[in-house]
Amino acid sequence: MTTRVGVVTFPGSLDDRDAQRAVRLAGAEPVALWHRDKDLHQVDAVVLPGGFSYGDYLRCGAISRFSPVMETVIEQAKLGMPVLGICNGFQVLCESHLLPGALTRNDSLHFACRDQKLRIENAGTAWTRDYSAGQEIVVPLKNGEGRFVAAERVLDELEAEGRVVARYLEVNPNGSYRDIAGITNAAGNVVGLMPHPEHAVEPLTGPTTEGLGFFTSVLKQLVNA
Amino acid sequence: MARVVVDVMLKPEILDPQGQAVQRALPRLGFTGIADVRQGKRFELEVEGPVDDAALARIREAAETFLANTVIEDFTVRVEEEAK
Amino acid sequence: MSLDTVKNAEQTPDAAQPWAELGLKQDEYARIREILGRRPTGAELAMYSVMWSEHCSYKSSKVHLKQFSEKKPQSDAMLVGIGENAGVVDVGQGYAVTFKVESHNHPSYIEPYQGAATGIGGIVRDILAMGARPVAVMDPLRFGAADHPDTRRVLPGIVAGIGGYGNCLGLPNIGGEVVFDSCYQGNPLVNALCVGVMKHEDIHLAQASGAGNKVILYGARTGGDGIGGVSVLASETFDDTKPAKRPAVQVGDPFQEKLLIECTLEIFGEKLVKGIQDLGGAGLSCATSELASAGSGGMRIDLDTVHLRDTTLSPEEILMSESQERMCAIVEPGKVARFLEICEKWDVIANVIGEVTDGERLEIFWHGELVVDVPPRTVAHEGPTYQRPFARPSWQDALQADAPTAERLARPTTGEGLKADLLKVAGSPNQASKSWITDQYDRYVLGNTVLSVGEDSGMIRIDEETNLGVSVATDGNGRYTKLDPYTGAQLALAEAYRNVAAGGAKPLAISDCLNFGSPEDPDVMWQFAEATRGLADACLALGTPVTGGNVSLYNQTGEVAIHPTPVVAVLGVIDDVTRRTPVAFAEEGQLLYLLGDTADEFGGSAWSEVVHGHLGGLPPKVDLERERLLGEILIAASRDGMIDAAHDLSDGGLGQALVESCLKGGHGARIIVPEGADPFVLLFSESAGRAVVAVPRSEELRFNDMCTARGLPATRIGVVDGDSLDVQGQFTVSLAELKDAHTGVIEALFI
Repeated sequence: MTTRVGVVTFPGSLDDRDAQRAVRLAGAEPVALWHRDKDLHQVDAVVLPGGFSYGDYLRCGAISRFSPVMETVIEQAKLGMPVLGICNGFQVLCESHLLPGALTRNDSLHFACRDQKLRIENAGTAWTRDYSAGQEIVVPLKNGEGRFVAAERVLDELEAEGRVVARYLEVNPNGSYRDIAGITNAAGNVVGLMPHPEHAVEPLTGPTTEGLGFFTSVLKQLVNA
Repeated sequence: MARVVVDVMLKPEILDPQGQAVQRALPRLGFTGIADVRQGKRFELEVEGPVDDAALARIREAAETFLANTVIEDFTVRVEEEAK
Repeated sequence: MSLDTVKNAEQTPDAAQPWAELGLKQDEYARIREILGRRPTGAELAMYSVMWSEHCSYKSSKVHLKQFSEKKPQSDAMLVGIGENAGVVDVGQGYAVTFKVESHNHPSYIEPYQGAATGIGGIVRDILAMGARPVAVMDPLRFGAADHPDTRRVLPGIVAGIGGYGNCLGLPNIGGEVVFDSCYQGNPLVNALCVGVMKHEDIHLAQASGAGNKVILYGARTGGDGIGGVSVLASETFDDTKPAKRPAVQVGDPFQEKLLIECTLEIFGEKLVKGIQDLGGAGLSCATSELASAGSGGMRIDLDTVHLRDTTLSPEEILMSESQERMCAIVEPGKVARFLEICEKWDVIANVIGEVTDGERLEIFWHGELVVDVPPRTVAHEGPTYQRPFARPSWQDALQADAPTAERLARPTTGEGLKADLLKVAGSPNQASKSWITDQYDRYVLGNTVLSVGEDSGMIRIDEETNLGVSVATDGNGRYTKLDPYTGAQLALAEAYRNVAAGGAKPLAISDCLNFGSPEDPDVMWQFAEATRGLADACLALGTPVTGGNVSLYNQTGEVAIHPTPVVAVLGVIDDVTRRTPVAFAEEGQLLYLLGDTADEFGGSAWSEVVHGHLGGLPPKVDLERERLLGEILIAASRDGMIDAAHDLSDGGLGQALVESCLKGGHGARIIVPEGADPFVLLFSESAGRAVVAVPRSEELRFNDMCTARGLPATRIGVVDGDSLDVQGQFTVSLAELKDAHTGVIEALFI
C-alpha cells in the first residue's frame, strides 16, 4: 500500500503543488487537503506548505491556525502523526502551539531568497531519518518573516533535548536566534522548517536534490512503524 | 521623559487588505457583530525634555515626512503621559 | 448633486460640463455630443474621457502601431493577436502561451511600493483573463542616477512592491532588467511582464455575446481607488502646480489576487464563462464597453448592484474606479449558480450586475434610472486618432557626429589600463550584480524555474512529463535608441532574441512596452515613429510577430523627455528544457569561442558611459540576418550538446560577459587575443550579433564544422581555466578581485 501524505491548501498557500511534487518524487501518494475540510482522508502524514496564508496580514499563520483542517491536524499530531510545516507551515505550527517560539520579520527587513547551507542537527525525527547528524545540505530559502525567536529558557531547553533539527551555516539569512532553521516537538513527529526542501528535489529546478530526504524520511518512518 | 504616541492609519478611502482579512476571519472564529476592521501602526516616541508646542511640531513634521506615507496614510499625534 | 440621467441630459442640453478638467479637448467633447445626439450625462462623460485618454485609446500612437499588423511576419504560431488582453502563441503539444509587458511608470513614481505592486497585479490579471494560469513574472526597471537621493526613495519601494506582491501571489520572478540613467530621474520606468500557460481549447476572449447571458463582477469590492487615474495620469505631465489632479493611490491586495487566480482557473476548468475581462485602468467603464463592443449585442448594467467598499460613491465614480483585483465575466444563466458557488469556495465576492441584450447599446442604470446609453464601440474602439506632427530633432545630427573615436575618448593602451577599465565597468551600477534586488524576489515557487537570476533569459518548464518549456528575455537600451531610434529599437529586439536563443530556445513572438516622452513634442514623436518603424521592420525580418504590449507616453519632466526606451520581450520555446544552456563557465578545460564579428563600435556603450560619461555617435550596426543565423547556431548547439555555456554579448561587451560567466561558474578563463585584434576593441566593443560559448573539447570539431558550413564566424579565444581571468599578454585579474568589484555595489547604495 502506498503511503499517503496530505498537503494542506489554505487560502494563500503557494508551495502546495511543490510539496505534492516532492511527496510524489519520494515515492508516496500526495493527497490534497482543503482548509475548510476537517477530514484528513486517511493520510499517514501531513505537510503544511509555504506561502502567505490569509496574506499573512494579522501575523503569519495566525488565521490559518483556526481553520477546520487544523483542528484535526493538531489532534492527530498529538497522537503521533508526522507533520512537517515548511516556512508558512512552520509559522502555523508555532501559532498552533505544536512547536514553541515564533517567526518574526527578518533582521534585514527584506524578503530573502537564496540557496542556503544547513546542518542537520537531529537525524532522529520522522522527517530527517534519511540524513545523518551533522550532514550539510543546500536547499532554497525564501521568507520575509523567518527569524526564529523564543525565550532563552526555551532555546536552552530545545538545545538540551536535541530538538533543533537544522541550523543555518555560513550565513544566518534572517537573524534567527542561535542560527535555528528548524525544530521538532519532543516526540519527534512534528517538525517546523523555515527553508524549503521541496524546492531541492530535482537537479533541473533546484540548487541540489538534497531536500528530498525530508520526504523519503517520513516514508521509511511510516513503513517501519 | 514623556511619551508621544503617533498612530498611523491608512486613509479611509484607501483599501486596507490587512484589516479586511482579519474582519473576514472574525465571524469564522465566532466573533460576530464586528462591521469593519482597519489595521494601523502605533509609534511610541520617548521624548527628552519638555513636550512643548515646538517639540510637538517637530514630531508632527517627523510623522508627516517619515513615520507616515501621507500619500496613503493619515496620522495623529498625542501626548500619552507626562512624567516629572 | 442630483443624478444626471439621460432624460436630464436631454432636457438640459446647455448645462456646463467639466470636459476640459477630465482631459478632453474641445473637439473631442463636440464629437461625443455628435455621437449621442445630445450632451453626455456625467457618467457618460466620465466613461468617454477615461476611454479616450491617451492611455486607453492610444490616440497618438495608433497610426504608428498599425505597422505591427501591416508588416506582420507570417507565423503559424500566432493564435490570438493584437487587440485582446494579451496575445497567444502556440508552443506545441497542445499548449498555448500568453505573455505581455506593460508599464506602470507614473503610479510607481508617486507611490513606489503600491505603484509597482499594482503593476504586477494588473499584468497578471491580463494574462489570467486569456484563460491561462500565470506562471512567471519579470520586471524591466529604469531608474534615475544610482547615487541620486530620490533614487534611494524610489528603488527600494519599487523593489519591495514587486516582491511584496509577486511573492505573495506565488509567481516566480525569473528575470528582468535594472538600468540607471539620470534621464529617468523624475520618470522611473516600471514595466511588468507576465507569462501564462494554457491548453489551446482554454483560450478565452473579452467579448459579450448571447442575449440573456449574465454579467458577473467578482473579486474585490469597488472603492474610490485611483478615480480618474488612467485619464489624468497618462495624459498629463507631472506638474507641481496641479496637485489636485493627483489621484488617490490604488492599494494592491495580493492575497485577494491569489484567490482570484485560483477561483478563476477553477471556473475556467468547468467551462463556465463565455467571455471575460479583467478590470484595470478605467475599471468598469473599460470592461463593460470593451466586452460589449467586441461582442454581438448590447449590454445592460445595474450599477447600484455593484458591491462597494465606500457606499458614498456616485455612479460616475463607480464607473471610473480602479479598485484592483476585480474581474468581469459573461456567464450563461444556467451556469451562474455554479459560478457563484466556486467564488464562495474561494472567499471571493461575486454578483450579477447586468446582462447581455440583443440591442446595440450599452445601457447603465442607477436605481432604475438610465444614466448611460451609448454605442459601446464609440467608447471602446472608435476613439479619436491623432496624426501628431513629428520631425527629426535639430540636435540629432550633432549627437550622432559626436562619435566616441579614439581621438575623442582616450582608450587604455596598457594591460593595467584595460584591467582598470574592466573593473570599472563591471563595478558600475548598470553592470554590477543585481542580486541584492533579485534576492528579494521568489524565483523558486511553482518548482518549474529552469533559468532565472543572472541568466540571459528566464526559462520555465511547462510540462513535467515532456520537459517542454518556454523562455523570455526583455531588453531595451535607451542610450542606443537616443542616438538612433530606428536602430535602437531593432537592437532591443535583436538583443532579446539573442538572449532567448543563447538559452537554447527558439524565439517565436514579441511583446513590447514603448516608453517615450510627450507626443505633443515633435522630437519625441519622431523618436516614436522611427522606433516603431524599426521594430516593425525587424519583427518582419526575424519572423517574430508583435502579440501586444503597451505604450507609455508623457514620461518627461518639464521640457526634458526620457531617452526613448522601447522595451522588447521575446518569447521562445524549447522542446526539452534539460537541454537549456546557462551562462556559467562550469567545466575547466572547455574551449571558449567568440561567435560573430567584432568592430570598433562604442556609440552608446557602457565603456563610454562609465569611463567618460559620454553619449554620442551611432549605436552598433544591426544585421538581422546575422542575428537569425547566430540564433539558429546557438539553438542547434544547445540541442545537440555541442555547448555547455553561452552568454550573449551586449552592454560592456566581451569583457563584461566573461566576468559574469566566470563568476557564475566559479571558474576563471585564459583568453588569447586573436592575431591582429585590438585588445581594447575585443574586450569592450558592443557590436551586435555576438555571443561567447563554452565548447567541450570532444565537440570542438563538430561545432566548428557547423559554424563553417553555416558561414558564422567563430573564433577560438581561450579556455575555461583556473581562478582568474587572464588576458594573455595584457593582464590577470583574480576571481576574488572581480567578485569584489562586481558585487556589493547595489547594496552599498541602497541599504
